[in-house]
Amino acid sequence: MIWLNQLVQGLMLGGYYALLACGLSFMFGVMGIINLAHGSLAVLAAYMLFVLAERFEVHPLLGLVAVIPVMALIGWVLHRLVLERSARAGALIPLLSTFGLASVLDNSMFQAFGADTRSLAPYIDSLSYDGWTLPGGIIVGQLAVLTLVVAIALLGGLHLMLNHTALGRRIRAAAHDPDTAQLVGVDARSVYAASTAIAMTTVAIAGAFLAMRATFDPYTGPYQLIFAFEAVIIGGRSLWGTLMGGIVLGVAQSIGAQVHPQGFLIAGHVVFLAVLLARVYAADTLRRWVRSVRSRFSSQFGNRATTP
Amino acid sequence: MSLLKIEGLEARHGLLTAVQGISLEIEQGETLALVGANGAGKTTLLRTLAGVHPVAAGRIVFDGVDVSALPAHRRAAAGLALVPEGRKLFPAMTVQENLLVALSAKREGRWNLGSVLDAFPQLKPKLKAAAGTLSGGQQQAVAIGRALMTNPRVLLLDEVSLGLSPLAVQGVYDSLRTLMGKGTAHGTTIVLVEQDLARTFQVADRIVCMLEGRVVASGRADEMTRDQVMAYYFGHRTPAAGGTSQPASTASST
Amino acid sequence: MNLTTHAAAAIGAARTITRVQRWTAPSIATVSLVVAAQLVLVAGPLFLSPNVVERLTTLFIYGILALMWNALAGYAGLLSVGHQAFFGLGAYAAVRLADWGVSPYPALLLAATLVGALSLPISAFMLRLRDGEFAIGMWVVAALCHLLVNLDNLVQGETGTSLIALQAYAADARRSYTYWAALGTVTALGWLVFVMLRGKMGTAAQAIRDNEEAAGSVGVRVLPSKRLIFVLSAFGCAAAGALWLASSITFQPKTYFSVQWTAYMIFMVLVGGIGTYEGPILGAVLFFTIETLFGASGVTYLIGLGATALLFALLMPRGIWGEIEQRLGLQLLPVGYRLRGGTGGPPPKR
Repeated sequence: MIWLNQLVQGLMLGGYYALLACGLSFMFGVMGIINLAHGSLAVLAAYMLFVLAERFEVHPLLGLVAVIPVMALIGWVLHRLVLERSARAGALIPLLSTFGLASVLDNSMFQAFGADTRSLAPYIDSLSYDGWTLPGGIIVGQLAVLTLVVAIALLGGLHLMLNHTALGRRIRAAAHDPDTAQLVGVDARSVYAASTAIAMTTVAIAGAFLAMRATFDPYTGPYQLIFAFEAVIIGGRSLWGTLMGGIVLGVAQSIGAQVHPQGFLIAGHVVFLAVLLARVYAADTLRRWVRSVRSRFSSQFGNRATTP
Repeated sequence: MSLLKIEGLEARHGLLTAVQGISLEIEQGETLALVGANGAGKTTLLRTLAGVHPVAAGRIVFDGVDVSALPAHRRAAAGLALVPEGRKLFPAMTVQENLLVALSAKREGRWNLGSVLDAFPQLKPKLKAAAGTLSGGQQQAVAIGRALMTNPRVLLLDEVSLGLSPLAVQGVYDSLRTLMGKGTAHGTTIVLVEQDLARTFQVADRIVCMLEGRVVASGRADEMTRDQVMAYYFGHRTPAAGGTSQPASTASST
Repeated sequence: MNLTTHAAAAIGAARTITRVQRWTAPSIATVSLVVAAQLVLVAGPLFLSPNVVERLTTLFIYGILALMWNALAGYAGLLSVGHQAFFGLGAYAAVRLADWGVSPYPALLLAATLVGALSLPISAFMLRLRDGEFAIGMWVVAALCHLLVNLDNLVQGETGTSLIALQAYAADARRSYTYWAALGTVTALGWLVFVMLRGKMGTAAQAIRDNEEAAGSVGVRVLPSKRLIFVLSAFGCAAAGALWLASSITFQPKTYFSVQWTAYMIFMVLVGGIGTYEGPILGAVLFFTIETLFGASGVTYLIGLGATALLFALLMPRGIWGEIEQRLGLQLLPVGYRLRGGTGGPPPKR
C-alpha cells in the first residue's frame, strides 16, 4: 500500500513538474534555446505573488491576473534584449547569458527579500491541506490535483494554439526555418518574442503553484531548473512528452524517498541519467542496425547506391 | 518607370564579394531570366532582393521606394516574393498549413487558397499531407503556391527545376506560363534563375547572364542566340573583349 | 585569355609567401618574461608576507580553474555548468585518502589523478550530449556527486569534516607547501595546455570549434580530442579542489559542490577571452583583483559579477583578450601560426 501511495503522490508531483517544464520545453522547441534562468524566473513570479498576498492580501490565484501580464512583458523584453542577440552568436552564448541572468536574478532577490524561506500556503486557506481520500486510504491533496489539471490544461492549450491558430502556424514555421518564414511575411523576431512571452506566462503559473505547494527562497531557482530540464529530457522534448517526463521524475523521486532520506533527489538524478544513457545507446544500436540492414540490401541489388 | 530597379548592388559572403556592382531594371509584366554558372552570384542576388541577405552597397528600389534596408517580411508584405532554391518548405506542416502561413504577408489579390489550388490541382488530394512527404514536383508546386499566396507584384524564382524529373519540370513551367498570363492584363513580373538554357529561351522576355558576380551579357531573348549566351556563360566572351552585349539597363529603350 | 591570366596571377601570389612563422618577437619576449616570473614566484614564500602567500595561492587556484574551463569550452566547444563536481570530488578524495593514512600532500595529487580517471567513464556518455543538454547534464552529475558524497559517514552530511592530517605541519610550512603545490600545478597545467595547443590538438580544437562535422570529415579525431580535454579539465578542477582544501583545511560539501564555482569560471573565461590562451590567465587575475577589492560587499558583489558576465556574453563575447587579439593581431604566447611575406592582410584566425 505504501508503494501505491508513493506512486500516486509521484503522479501528482509529476503534474507540478510538467507545469514547471512546459515553458522550458516550449522555448526549446521553438527557438532551440535552453533558458538557464527558467527556475529563477519562476521564483521571481512567486515573490511577486507573495508581495501581493502579504501586503495587499490578494489571493495568489487572483494575484496571477496581475502577475501573468507582467511576466509576459518580462519575457518579451528578455527576448529582445538578451535572447535574440544570444541566439545569433552560436550555441554557447545563450547558455552563458541566461546563466548570468539567473545569477543576477537570484542574488537580486536575495538583496530584496533576504534569505528567509517563504510560502504562499498560508494565503490559500484550506486548499493547501485539503484532500480527498481514495480507496485504500490514499490521500490526494486538492492542490496537487489542481496542479495536475492546470498542467494538462496548459499543455493542451499550447498544443491547440500551435496546431489550430494562425499564430501557431507562424511559430512553427519560424521555429523550423526563420529565413524562409520571413519570405512569406512572418516576422520571425516578433514571433520569437511572442513565444518567450507565452513561455513566461506558463512560468508565472508554475511559480504560483511552486509557492503554494512548498516553500521557496531566493536560491530555489537553480534546482527548479534542474527538475524542469530532467522532466523535458526524460519525456523526449515534445510537449506531451513533458507531461510523461514529469510523471516519471515525480514517481522516481517519490519511490526514492521511501528508500532513503536522501533518496528523493538521488533517485530523480539517477533515473534522468539512466534515461539519457539508454537513449544514447539505443540510438547507437538502432543506427548500427539500420546500417547493417542497408548493407545487406545493397549487396542484394548490386551496385545500387543507397542515399544517406 | 520600372517596377524593380537595382542600382550598383553589392553583396558579400564574409570577405568574398558575390554580387559586384549589379545594376538592372525590371519592367512590370516582363519575365527576366538570370543565367550563369554556379557561383556566379545569381542566388545571392535573388536572396538580397528578397531581404534574407544583407546589402553591402547599392540600392534596391521597388515601385519607387528604396527597400534596401527593409527586412524580408516587410518586402513580402510590399509584394516582393521569393521561391527559394531547394523549395524550403516546412516539412512537418501540411500542404494547407504551408500555404496558409503565407497569409502573414497580408496582401489582397487574386491569389487565395482556392485559386492556388486551381492553379495546381495536383495538390488538392494532398492538402492534409505533410509537406515533407510530397514528390519533388509537388513540393515545387507548393513552394510556388506559397509565394503566390502573398499576391506578389514581383515573383523571384530560384532554380525551380533543380532536382526535378523532366516531366515534373514540364509541369512546373506549364503552370508558370499560366501565371505569367502572357498577353493578359494581370501578368506577374517574374525574375527567374534557370540553368536550363532551352527553357530559358522558351519563357523569358529578357536574358541576363552573370559571371563572377557581374552582368556580362543582357538582351532580349528573341535577339540573342543560344550560342551567344553560352559563350558569356562560360566566360569565353566578356563585354570588354567585345561581344554583342548591351549595357544591362537599356532594356526599356527597345 | 582570362583564365590563364587569373591562374598566372594566383601562382605569382603564392610564390611571395615565404615561410610559416610560429615565434614572433613579442612572443619570444613574453615567454621569457613568463619563465622569469615563474622563477621569482617560486622564491615567494621566502620574502613575501604570509597573507600575500595565501592570496597568491588563491590566485593560482583560480588560474587552474580558468585554464581548465577555457580548455573545455574554448577548445572543445563544451560548456559545462557542472565542473564543480570535479572540484568537490577532488577535495573529497583527498579527505578520504588522508583518512586512510596517505600523507596529505601526496594525497592531493593522488586524489586529482583518481578523479581524472573517474571522469573517463563519465565522459563516455556525457560527451554524446550536445550544447545545453551537456551543460545541464553535467550540473545533474554535480548534484548527484554532492548527494553521494554526503552519504559518506566521514563527511557527516552538510556538517563536513577537515583535513586533520594537515595540522601535523606548522602553519608557516603548511602555507608554503600549499603555495608551492598550487604554483607547481598551475605552471605544469599552463605549459601542458601550451604544448598541446602548439601541437595537433591545437588545430584539432580550432577545427572542432568552427565546424565539428567538417573537422571529422577531414580526419580530425573529434571524440578522442574532446575526451582528452574533458579528462584533463576534470583532473585540473580536482587538483584545484584538493588545493583549496589544503588551503582552507575544512571540507563542507555545500561549499565545494556549489554552482558558484562554475559562475566564477564562466566569469574568468568570458571576461578574459574564451578560446584564447592568454584569456583565462587575464580573467583569473581580473577576477582575483575584483574579489580582493569588492568581495566583502556580499551579494552586491555577486550581482555585479553576474551582470558583468551577462554584458560580456551579449556585447563582447570574445572577451578582453579576444578583442585585443582580433584588433591588434597580437599573440603573446605562440600557439598559432603566422604567414610571413603574404598579402599583408589580417592575420589568420588562430
